[in-house]
Amino acid sequence: MITCAEAVERLWAYLDDTLAPADRAALEKHLGICRVCCGEAEFAQELRSFLARSAGEELPEDVRTRLIASLDELDAT
Amino acid sequence: MERRSSSFVIALAEKRNTTGAPNVFQKADAGPSPRETATKKRFRLLAEAQLPRLYTIARRLVGDEAEDAVQDALLKAYRAFDQLEHASAGPAWLASIVVNVCRDRGRARARAPAEVSLDAITDFSLYRKIADEEPFPYSDSLHLDFLEQFEAEDVRAVLERLPDRYRIPLVLVYVDGFATKEVARLLDTPLGTVLAQLHRGRKLFERQLWLYAAENGLLVEGRR
Repeated sequence: MITCAEAVERLWAYLDDTLAPADRAALEKHLGICRVCCGEAEFAQELRSFLARSAGEELPEDVRTRLIASLDELDAT
Repeated sequence: MERRSSSFVIALAEKRNTTGAPNVFQKADAGPSPRETATKKRFRLLAEAQLPRLYTIARRLVGDEAEDAVQDALLKAYRAFDQLEHASAGPAWLASIVVNVCRDRGRARARAPAEVSLDAITDFSLYRKIADEEPFPYSDSLHLDFLEQFEAEDVRAVLERLPDRYRIPLVLVYVDGFATKEVARLLDTPLGTVLAQLHRGRKLFERQLWLYAAENGLLVEGRR
């Protein structure tokens, strides 16, 4: 059985699906009996969503206009 | 006022006055061939469709220099477009050029944040830290309330605190949604190295989230 420290160490890789099958099985076994690490896992999932949500940056219209103008210049060469 | 990165303008002028061997976009005699016109059109369609994504990536990686980075990347991509063999690879190919332009700019700026001892973060758990410190005593969703204190600009500021070698893989995977294998290809780095950088980057990010919250008064109930 892996320790809580080992489980926490592997959580993000588990969520990224980059763990080796044996490590994955050991972690899932640990999560099955450890409420604290389940809380860590849920929070890690929240943090991933939190980072993904922070991507919502739009291309400002003035920047878009200037970049399109650059493409126009390249077209004209 | 028209704004262009100086490198873009200089490169454009060089391109117009070039006397070297023509690439697919250049021809010694007057007028483009139908093939050249079609290639230009394909580049234009690809580049224009990808502008929002390229800008978002660049904004995460080099902040206020994003527009210049995208302009530089467009010029590089334009010059090398005839090397792109499969149109379906176009978006990833353009993204890789932006990422590498941004990395070069990061190195040139040499504005690496202060190094953090990795020993100090190995055992850090933001989950436990929040539970131990209980910043919002009346909250019944302590951890979610902690995250809700952060606006988009706060997250950007926290990411800016990380050294490039951890920030870039972290942003590409968790903000821009690239697979770890794609990131390894984009950065021309072994997958194992990217996974290790992601691991340390996540730890640093968690630690810096807490420090930023403490330094910027985000650990006050009812603030937002």
